[in-house]
Amino acid sequence: MPKSKSKSPLRLLWLLPVALIGVGGIGFAAMMQPPPADLDLSLTRATENGLYVGTLEPGVSPIPVGTIQAWTVAVTTPDGKPLEHADLWIVGGMPQHGHGLPTEPQVTEELGGGRYRVEGMKFNMPGWWTITLKVSSAAGTDSATFNLNLGG
Amino acid sequence: MRLPLFVAAGVLAAAVAGWSWFDPGKPAWSPAEAKLIASLSLSTLPKLPPDPSNAVGDDPAAAALGRALFFDTRLSGNGKVACASCHVPDRQFQDGTPLGTGMGQTNRRTMPIAGTAYSPWLFWDGRRDSQWAQALGPLESLVEHGADRMQIARLMAANYATEYEAVFGPLPEITALPEHATPLGTEAAKAAWTSLAERQRDDVNRVFANVGKAIAAFERTIEPRPTRFDAYADALVAGRDTAGLLTAVEVEGLRVFVGKGECTKCHNGPLFTDQHFHNTGVPAVAGLPEDRGRIVATAQVLADPFNCLGAYSDAGPAGCAELRYMDREGEDLIRAYKPPSLRGVAERAPYMHSGQIATLAAVLRHYNAAPAAPGGHSELRPMAMSEAELAALEAFLRTLSETPRMETSHDRPDRSHLALELRSITEIATGLSVPSFRRAAGFAD
Ligand SMILES: [Cu+2]
Repeated sequence: MPKSKSKSPLRLLWLLPVALIGVGGIGFAAMMQPPPADLDLSLTRATENGLYVGTLEPGVSPIPVGTIQAWTVAVTTPDGKPLEHADLWIVGGMPQHGHGLPTEPQVTEELGGGRYRVEGMKFNMPGWWTITLKVSSAAGTDSATFNLNLGG
Repeated sequence: MRLPLFVAAGVLAAAVAGWSWFDPGKPAWSPAEAKLIASLSLSTLPKLPPDPSNAVGDDPAAAALGRALFFDTRLSGNGKVACASCHVPDRQFQDGTPLGTGMGQTNRRTMPIAGTAYSPWLFWDGRRDSQWAQALGPLESLVEHGADRMQIARLMAANYATEYEAVFGPLPEITALPEHATPLGTEAAKAAWTSLAERQRDDVNRVFANVGKAIAAFERTIEPRPTRFDAYADALVAGRDTAGLLTAVEVEGLRVFVGKGECTKCHNGPLFTDQHFHNTGVPAVAGLPEDRGRIVATAQVLADPFNCLGAYSDAGPAGCAELRYMDREGEDLIRAYKPPSLRGVAERAPYMHSGQIATLAAVLRHYNAAPAAPGGHSELRPMAMSEAELAALEAFLRTLSETPRMETSHDRPDRSHLALELRSITEIATGLSVPSFRRAAGFAD
């Protein structure tokens, strides 16, 4: 059974864009600004080192704020073959606010065909959220970060 | 509250100088602002979903029983403390004092009740995960009701047997058991609890849990009511004329609320709370024990035998997602507390989890100044809002109070069979004794 260890160092990944904004000299004053205009909102993304392709399937549109949800995550190899029996981790946060998810989502079931059920997804405020999906299998460990713009 | 003259003068000057373009009938909201304002309207509050952990949550007979229990001072160690003693109906079910006082003094501010049926976490730190589990805590707290679960089970058998059994089925046989027993509380009561057989403890726990479920069924009927702000937001959404619904200063306060003030980071949705936990640098209170907030409450709610996953819950694991996927640890939970709904906030001084801040104006100055937290890290940053902006923000918050009800029609007819008029609760609570209250609640004496 794949498991999420939400307090793994990966949980701090959302700090990365925050640090970048800080370095850029915008700092906390940028907080209530709208998300970057060129934000890629695609829910299908290749992982950073090209090992996998991940797809988030929230199952509802628009994604609600304030409601705990179960999502499906689909993972394939770069040539489109479903990735089965992988370990998945999900973390998230708000880069402009410097905080993580209000919950600790977990992968609770492998649905078959490279699809996995993720429970405990929740967003407690509108705005720009990032979701980082980490995937580990025999091919290696790789991650992808997705953008969501909720209630805006 | 009377504003200092210079603030009023500042507002006036700003209105003349900077806001003169502003026409309260046709405010220039950006699409994002308009969307955020719409999301705050009470009209967007969904119909109250069932509480899967409480099978009688929407049973009118359970609510009637819970209503009687809520006002019954016999559920206490000294015969003088009822839920309503601190949760005063005509004061939004709170008591207006910094620290709640029952048989002794608590370390926290009494919380209001309206809308808490929507909260996944109860108490300031969320150490309980349902209204019914919450209701059980004060009953056995030695500084609140000071009662114990055996005493309460006996009270149910002696005084509410018919009403109880109509909702929950037969009461267990407990007459031969000790007068007082609980795993918490006094040494004598704990010793008596230990002396009970497992089956007997389970019987008493079940009656105790059911008392909480009845009280919760009553509390689920206590809902927030529309305010002047909601009338404005609904008119805005419908494209109707908003003129006269809010004053120019109130509209400007709303602009700060959804914009520069960043208030909707925590106070969002139709209940003006994100139901999560935040460290906002609220000062510690001298003389009270160290208060660590949410960081210690997560272990407490997981260990609570009356939580959603426990033996007395009516929910299966699928109905307990909030507890199962709870954010359990992390520095951001140190001295983090739940933002209460801002509905009715102007009439709920003093503010914060131990009543640290006396006035709404002082709360806004606190957020503007963003002092360092006494523990953990404050999420706030100094905001440099002007006195005029703070005054406008306060004026806006005052629009979140209930409009006086001139007629008796129900706003939410789908629950009208349960919805108590606040006025009638008040009459009952203040004017009638318990036996006559029982008649008012529809019970045979
Ligand atoms: Cu945020």
